[in-house]
Amino acid sequence: MSLTSDAAATGALTPTKPKASRLSRERIRSAWLFLAPMLIVLAAVALYPLYRTIYFSFTDASLDLLGEARWVGFRNYLEYLDYGNGQGEYFGLLVDARWWRSVWNTVWFAVVSVALETVFGLIIALVLFRKFPGRVWVQAAVLIPWAIPTIVSARMWAWMMHDQFGILNDMLERVGLIDTPIAWTASPETAMIAVIIVDVWKTTPFMALLILAGLQMVPQDIYEAAKLDGVPPFRLFRKVTLPLIMPAVLVAVVFRALDALRVFDIIYVMTPNTDSTRSMSVFARENLFDFDQFAYGSAASTLLFFIIALMTISFIYLTRMNLEGDER
Amino acid sequence: MKRHLAFLTALAGATVLAGTAIAAELNIVHGSVGRDQEILRSQLDKFEAETGHTVTIVSMPESTTDQFAQYKLWLAAQSSDIDVYRLDVIWAPQIETHFIDLKPHVEDIIDDYVQGAIESQMVGDKLVALPMFLGAPALYYRSDLLEKHGKDVPATWQEMTETAKAIMEAERAEGNEDMWGFVFQGAAYEGLTCNAQEWIASFGGGRIVENDGTIAINNPKAAEAINLAASWVGDIAPDGVLNYKEEDARGVFQSGNSVFMRNWNYAYALGNGDDSPIKGKFGVSTLPTGGEGMEPAHTLGGWHLGVSKYSENQEEAIELVRFLNNYENQKERAIVTSRPPTLTAVYEDPEVAAEQEFIPLWKPVVDGALPRPSAATKRQYNEVSSEFWTAVHDTMSGKGTAEENLARLEARLQRLKGANW
Repeated sequence: MSLTSDAAATGALTPTKPKASRLSRERIRSAWLFLAPMLIVLAAVALYPLYRTIYFSFTDASLDLLGEARWVGFRNYLEYLDYGNGQGEYFGLLVDARWWRSVWNTVWFAVVSVALETVFGLIIALVLFRKFPGRVWVQAAVLIPWAIPTIVSARMWAWMMHDQFGILNDMLERVGLIDTPIAWTASPETAMIAVIIVDVWKTTPFMALLILAGLQMVPQDIYEAAKLDGVPPFRLFRKVTLPLIMPAVLVAVVFRALDALRVFDIIYVMTPNTDSTRSMSVFARENLFDFDQFAYGSAASTLLFFIIALMTISFIYLTRMNLEGDER
Repeated sequence: MKRHLAFLTALAGATVLAGTAIAAELNIVHGSVGRDQEILRSQLDKFEAETGHTVTIVSMPESTTDQFAQYKLWLAAQSSDIDVYRLDVIWAPQIETHFIDLKPHVEDIIDDYVQGAIESQMVGDKLVALPMFLGAPALYYRSDLLEKHGKDVPATWQEMTETAKAIMEAERAEGNEDMWGFVFQGAAYEGLTCNAQEWIASFGGGRIVENDGTIAINNPKAAEAINLAASWVGDIAPDGVLNYKEEDARGVFQSGNSVFMRNWNYAYALGNGDDSPIKGKFGVSTLPTGGEGMEPAHTLGGWHLGVSKYSENQEEAIELVRFLNNYENQKERAIVTSRPPTLTAVYEDPEVAAEQEFIPLWKPVVDGALPRPSAATKRQYNEVSSEFWTAVHDTMSGKGTAEENLARLEARLQRLKGANW
């Protein structure tokens, strides 16, 4: 991601587009040629399954009898059941309280965990940016949580948070913060907190790394000039460093938010399957595979896709994120 | 996965001496609890030595709910990776289309089996799986503690609650900080369905769905049972019980930190293992009842072997299923794992009685065990079960009263049922 703006500044200043020369037409054609294999692969591994999922959400498919799926229209999303006496009620995903609860859970999880990860990631990045003896080792050590597979760290933390044998309760009791063990993953009040703690522990290094990359692109002479002018450090950070690394931070946030909205493994492994922590992905999987509701699960997956797409697009739009890499 | 399996089987196959006539490479999948894995492997080694085939075990998570999802994926994809599946007793009606009919292949031995077990695996006229071992839970109690505090083995749930509380408090006063009264399976999964239907049935509250498909779960007796269970959480049972499965409960009981435990038969052999702190200090009894003159209820559990329709080695797979269920292997399994066998004769074997008195003792319990409503609700059983355990789990974690949650459960079940299951 180039943050410097020496490239592609043409065209922005001229009101009328110059007619493309033969050479540039040639270049565009060869660019497409180079892109073609990737696009074909993408269509095969991403678009086709997506199309299938959307198609199944309009049928009454069941997992082991996919061939017998029949078209039922919008029934999985919304259906009005008329009692025939002027009364009736709505059924379907759009009025399913459990589904909206899982949407809310997911959004809540994503907002809280990404916010915390951004703050901690920024702090760690600023520390690692300073030169001190042994910095290389610290950088490597910080990456460990990110290197452990999620499923493993979820299981590991589930044991650490266990109400009877867990080391976490033991430590808190020794320090005197709590007097009875907390059942972190079991009670509805703390289960989501437990999941967020683990996610923050795991993903902060990733954020720190992306922000550190952004920091290292800031030209050093700015700081030297600031030192000569005697700018206080906090003001320097607010007025200089933060605006300059903002693009990198925003990219990191979008990456993380996309991941967080699809959260599955950590919740599935750590918590009992209840309304208080069920995420959209857990909801979809439950219907697709556990229940005989493949079509309903497909509908949930389809909505999940659109919800994430909508959120990402609006985030990019709101922060006026610069994806082209040229001057705004 | 497929390539991975192929590689593993190839590796295993390469170790077999060349020259054995048409040696098949089989894969068997099971979710292991306790000593299941170890005993299965040793019996497979015998099978390999006898036949020249090779068998690889594919292991699964302990939760039956997790296993089912994975199996359904394999079956839906018509994968030939797995030849023999170890199936939960409740699954037969939901997945019968993917399994071969074993009936013609076991006609000579079918009468030796516990008839209830065979019936549970029949869908119409088809035998989906050959019963491997059964399950019926027990109330595990610390005999040394009951004796020390002068208490009897409780006959009712109310009595169990009082005894558990009294002993727990006395033990804590003596400095045994980690002592609890009762542990069971309270996580939101199939295990909670088993626990909760026992409470309700023993209170005379009927079943989740009656045998004829009618729904009468929303009744005062059922609410009474669930309210009592909800009162345990945080009182005689740790808060964490809301996320306990079988092994979590056993972990607490076997480390000596609980007076009572509700668990399946496998925990007996492990509790009496050489490395167990409570070896010889506990006993088993039938589960408590909901009051004087009531009958206890024990959920019928068990795991059975089915041969996949998509297997490329069906002949050998049937051979393997028959081998694992023969008298000798069932007897060994009963002794090592304390899992109730499916052959009637094994219960009467004197050696089994001597080594594992639990087995003959449990025969009447297994015979009278309460099935889950999987036959009545057909393909919708999983969703029914999930609705049920959600209602119970909500009540236990303080979200609504039992009455409210049961009313909602009934409405949801009616909607699932529609005109007919």
